[in-house]
Amino acid sequence: MSTQVSEQPTPVTEQARTPLVRITGVKKYFPITRGIIFQKKIGNVHAVDGVDLEIYPGETVGLVGETGCGKSTLARVIMRLYDATDGTIEFDGKDITKVRGGELREIRRNMQMIFQDPFASLNPRRTVGSIISEPFRLHRTVAKSKIKPEVQELMELVGLNPEHYNRYPHEFSGGQRQRIGVARSLALRPKLIVCDEPVSALDVSIQAQILNLLEDLQEEFNLTYLFIAHDLSVVKHVSDRVAVMYLGKIVELADGVTLYENPKHPYTGALLSAVPIPDPNLAAHKRRIILEGDVPSPIDPPSGCRFHPRCPNAQFPKCQEDEPELERMTSGQLAACHFPLPDRAIMDEGAGTPSG
Amino acid sequence: MAEPLLEVRDLKVHFPTDDGLVKAVDGLTFQVMPGETLGVVGESGSGKSVSFLTVMGLITRKQAIIEGEVIFQGQDLLQVPADEMRHIRGARISMIFQDPMTSLHPFYKVGTQIGEAIRVHQKTSKKEAQDQAVEMLRRVGISKPDERANQYPHEFSGGMRQRAMIAMALSLNPDLLIADEPTTALDVTVQAQILDLIDRLREEFNAAVVIITHDLGVVAEHCDHLQVMYAGKIVEYGTADDIYYSPHHPYAWGLLGSITRVDEAHKERLHPIKGLPPSLIFVPSGCAFHPRCPYVFDKCKVDVPELLPSDGHHAAACHLPLADKERIYAEEVAART
Repeated sequence: MSTQVSEQPTPVTEQARTPLVRITGVKKYFPITRGIIFQKKIGNVHAVDGVDLEIYPGETVGLVGETGCGKSTLARVIMRLYDATDGTIEFDGKDITKVRGGELREIRRNMQMIFQDPFASLNPRRTVGSIISEPFRLHRTVAKSKIKPEVQELMELVGLNPEHYNRYPHEFSGGQRQRIGVARSLALRPKLIVCDEPVSALDVSIQAQILNLLEDLQEEFNLTYLFIAHDLSVVKHVSDRVAVMYLGKIVELADGVTLYENPKHPYTGALLSAVPIPDPNLAAHKRRIILEGDVPSPIDPPSGCRFHPRCPNAQFPKCQEDEPELERMTSGQLAACHFPLPDRAIMDEGAGTPSG
Repeated sequence: MAEPLLEVRDLKVHFPTDDGLVKAVDGLTFQVMPGETLGVVGESGSGKSVSFLTVMGLITRKQAIIEGEVIFQGQDLLQVPADEMRHIRGARISMIFQDPMTSLHPFYKVGTQIGEAIRVHQKTSKKEAQDQAVEMLRRVGISKPDERANQYPHEFSGGMRQRAMIAMALSLNPDLLIADEPTTALDVTVQAQILDLIDRLREEFNAAVVIITHDLGVVAEHCDHLQVMYAGKIVEYGTADDIYYSPHHPYAWGLLGSITRVDEAHKERLHPIKGLPPSLIFVPSGCAFHPRCPYVFDKCKVDVPELLPSDGHHAAACHLPLADKERIYAEEVAART
């Protein structure tokens, strides 16, 4: 079942009326099989279960949730790395759900991805130059003789020394490797870059450098980002709008400040209350919603609201039977909850302003 | 004043390699008082893990040149023979590691692994050790501990594995628990649970805790004292309030400026530290931080600054005069908001 969302919070740029990406009712189920020769399907992992989302040109949409909530799967469905089980994906006004072959390759030129682990996403046996120039060779957008200067320009752009063209990934630190990943994703000047936990493997000081770099590049090339992370503070920092995912569904969609000040879904509240704040006094002001237990299995998700077994505010039997839809709340955002949190449920009135 | 539980004096750990001497820890002096929580903060390669691995006796003179003293409960651990160290490690000092995925043995049941730790140090039967393991799993908040004890690590989620590691580390009621990046591999929600758990257990077991991390944000609520490390040295030491509200070292400013804050009212640019941590073979002259420091002046390039207390215990190793530091930090904060 998919929730119909007619209106979404206004994007930042006024000219951006038509979304770059529009996904409607997207589902991705992974079959579970039993048997070796005669495989029998015995169930499905409901990784993504009915998601609608629009991403406008030039904006950054954050996708946040715990491990196993389907955020990476959703990104891969949008990238067409997985085929959606149901629903449609539109990119730049064109339905790309079923596109194949050369046409798909053409579309992929405009959407690139930055991966989480800068150690696993670079081939250790190839030089940096050859890693970054791979997209040029695949898509033949640049003449062979021009490849090297192009790559060096890219390296300079992301803050790498162009003279390191012939070095191997192991000669670089984690942050520098992530810069290589960024350079590779930029090579074809895509419209959309999907960043899948691009900084969670890095030290905080290096994280900040990469986040600033992504921001600069967005401004320079008018990029659109889909930014995935499990840390709400990182997502809020980079994003114009934030979508909170839980067990394959979006449970809240809002701009960052609204989300921080007035989270409506108890799950958002719990995520927010878990985010560490580098300020001992402010941290003491924060109300905590501690979640019991782990995320339930997506093989057999709970009935009604999927969050009800862990929800501190759940009221029975309504939450158990009736699945809430994304609805507009008084504070402006969309949230899927029967009993939304009151205003300023996590942060005290006085604690909302940074004390320095 | 009470006796410190652990006192490290001028500890140096240098690794000889083909490329030269790696000065991973270079003159480290600090104390851990009984029952307190000390946060150790620094980037990768600042020597924070190496120094505590040396305290644990996991880095020995076979691998490195070790100098200095590590006094734990009146005993210099660097002089203790290896087999005696084995009785101390695990029973009186224990450690939890960053990656719960690789620190549990995949072939053995979780309960057996916790029981093994108990049986190494205490004369108990297998059955009793198993019962104790189940009890420990219950205390760290794992539901159905008797069933869980009979499962293998792959059946545990990341957060539960880290809980099992904590259960193992605390099963012998140690006086000092060293947590090396205990939450880096975990989700934010689980991270909060684990840190709360460590806090609660510290009171319950009356142990001192050292939390090693690269993220100043994580430990704000949990530490009594913090020490900031850079290139094998402590550059700033103080209470949590000192470090978060009036840090005195430009490196600490940089670390604070790098954190994305969920409480910022509008989108601000981060203020990261420029460049990369230095090579520990060719440590920069003078203050090791000077090539990355925006407030560097001539003296920094020549003289190594000492860790000097400014008021009581809040100390920073920086040549800038205190008045300048306070002014600059106030300006930095003003520029951010």
